[in-house]
Amino acid sequence: MAVFLLRRLGVMALTMLCLTLIVFYLVNLEPNLRKLAISQTEMHASSEHLESWLVKNGYRRPFIERYAAWLGLWPKQPNVDPATGAFTPRFNYCDEASTPVFSGALEGDLGCSTKFKVKVWVKLGPALEATGILMFWVMLTMVPVALVVGVVSGMREGSKLDRVLSIVSIATTSTPEYVSGVVLTIIFATWLGWLNGSAASATGSHISVYNFALPVMTPAIYGMGYVARMTRASMIEVMNAQYIRTARLKGLGFAAVVLKHALRNALIAPFTVIMLLFPWLLTGVVIVEVMFRYQGFGMALVDAAGNNDIDLLLACSLVSVVLVLATQLISDIGYAYLNPRIRVQ
Amino acid sequence: MESLSSAGIVWGVIRQLWPVWLSLAVVVGLSFRFRRNLGLYGQVVTTGPGVAGVLLLGFWLFTALYARWISPFDPLGQIYEMQDALPGAIEPHSGLPYFFGGDKLARDVFSRVIAGSRIVLIIAPLATALALAVGIALGLPAGYIGKRVDAVLSFIANLVLAFPIILLFYLLVSPGILETPIPYVLAGLFFVFPIGLLFILFWSGYKKQPVQLLIRLGLTTLVGGWLFATFVFDRDPFGIIRVSPSTLNIFIAVALASGPGIFRIVRGLTLDIKSREYVLAAQTRGESPWYIMLWEILPNARGPLIVDSCLRIGYTTILLGALGYFGLGMPPESPDWGTMIKESSKFIRLFVHPALPPALAMMSFVLGLNLLADALREQSLRD
Repeated sequence: MAVFLLRRLGVMALTMLCLTLIVFYLVNLEPNLRKLAISQTEMHASSEHLESWLVKNGYRRPFIERYAAWLGLWPKQPNVDPATGAFTPRFNYCDEASTPVFSGALEGDLGCSTKFKVKVWVKLGPALEATGILMFWVMLTMVPVALVVGVVSGMREGSKLDRVLSIVSIATTSTPEYVSGVVLTIIFATWLGWLNGSAASATGSHISVYNFALPVMTPAIYGMGYVARMTRASMIEVMNAQYIRTARLKGLGFAAVVLKHALRNALIAPFTVIMLLFPWLLTGVVIVEVMFRYQGFGMALVDAAGNNDIDLLLACSLVSVVLVLATQLISDIGYAYLNPRIRVQ
Repeated sequence: MESLSSAGIVWGVIRQLWPVWLSLAVVVGLSFRFRRNLGLYGQVVTTGPGVAGVLLLGFWLFTALYARWISPFDPLGQIYEMQDALPGAIEPHSGLPYFFGGDKLARDVFSRVIAGSRIVLIIAPLATALALAVGIALGLPAGYIGKRVDAVLSFIANLVLAFPIILLFYLLVSPGILETPIPYVLAGLFFVFPIGLLFILFWSGYKKQPVQLLIRLGLTTLVGGWLFATFVFDRDPFGIIRVSPSTLNIFIAVALASGPGIFRIVRGLTLDIKSREYVLAAQTRGESPWYIMLWEILPNARGPLIVDSCLRIGYTTILLGALGYFGLGMPPESPDWGTMIKESSKFIRLFVHPALPPALAMMSFVLGLNLLADALREQSLRD
């Protein structure tokens, strides 16, 4: 088990390394650096001016050196004014050291956001918290509904109820967030006026049904059908198993068979599906946050990408890759734990 | 301004789309008549969800096919008086109605949705086919040979899967990236897979029939070379198709996003099939690994692969819509459904009518694919 965990953690570290390297390469492409320079100089600067801004702020140093410095394997050089030779911090919101110092992702310093003009963690911390709240409510509404729908339609395969629920599930999996978001906003905000079509006011601490129901419903609907289908398939498999027939033959009632014998085994597969849903939800959350103006991780990512905010983008990709790999690991371990037939080697 | 009644709109739309209804009736009638000779497809059209799926897909297929003849207005044409016109408003110059009203820029929503179906129905299946070729070409050896090949390929696949898709899109489908060689290199790399796959397929299968082999390899070279010239270099020697760099970029990004999923499925199927008797028999006969992979394993994996491709096209459509929704790749006036949803959702509290048609179009097309996939799976499980 320890070896298994160590190996997985090693692969995780390698994945993160490769992924950040790719992102680092892409955000440092010439057109992207120019985009950054244009957004930072804040005037109609000439190309020489842009170039001098890039040189002055160290964006023209060797690629590998800068990646290593971001990672924390190479000392970050203090920014020196080429004319006077004096130490001049690149950004005033980012307390930089005046001497070369190892200060990168490995040391816990993710750098500074050029778009929001704060340190990355100052922006990303609250954003992640906001997104966490959103994801929590999405999961809380989606998972129970999906499990109930899946179990109910799977326990009597081919029945009328099963057919209806299956069609509903398929319909919801065909409705991506940007479609259901628009349709729900039209129904509940424009026509009925029950809910607010914007979650901007929910960013603080004032979460209410009025401003939060739509952002929660939108991704929940898209994911619900998928989980329900998986649960249904798993339930059907269990209901056709020998021990269920035995339980029926010894005279147990249908409800008792479903609740006592079938349910536990039928819920193993959905557990892994639900764990793997977190990374998927992260993508959905980006769309939902942009659509409903909710200041979370997704909005930060879109703003960072739109302005080529290098440090914030790298931090965002780190966060999401950690989420993806961690949920994968949990789902593998949980699967082995729940299913006695499988043991981790 | 004159306007049609609700019933008038419904009747008008039905009349406007008559070639679609006619073609649909012919196709469904013929499929039902000859259902016994059509194998799996014939069985699918006898089930409720199957028929619904075929109808929805057929509707969009024929709409895209006849787009030029059935759309009353130019999807990009702006007619000043029709700005934010309500559904059914009659355009004063031609006397024709805007069935679904006009949008913020006074364009006909009905014609735009029809024009959008063309974009979606061309890009989504083609990008999925490309991703399928890449997934098969890499998934087969990963599953069959295993060991180091599997470790490296699976690592790459997981790397792409660990990428948040939106971030990938923002990084790969920005206008700036078109100045760099990256999209073209990626496109060149991706298009090697379908061509190479066909080469190996024919090479391993027709080794003993040189004439047959030469014909097939020659055809592959011609078609492959044409595809390469058209897509990667945007230099179609016949001048039929133009693939603009930004379209190519979308194509590549979408294929890259759905490739690893297909890879994982092919790999899993290969692992499952490679211990069957007929594979062992082929190994005993001394067949080459590529022969076994492409002529023994792949044909026997086709059932789940067809179902997955169906779902995958739907997923690709959703990704394509997301690209449009974030305004990536597509020009802002593009009538594709994602861009239309983005543009109209800005004013959704004022005008509902420009937002609903593209949203429902997107949903119904993906629903058709998912229903068909479900029916296919049910039927293939029954055999």
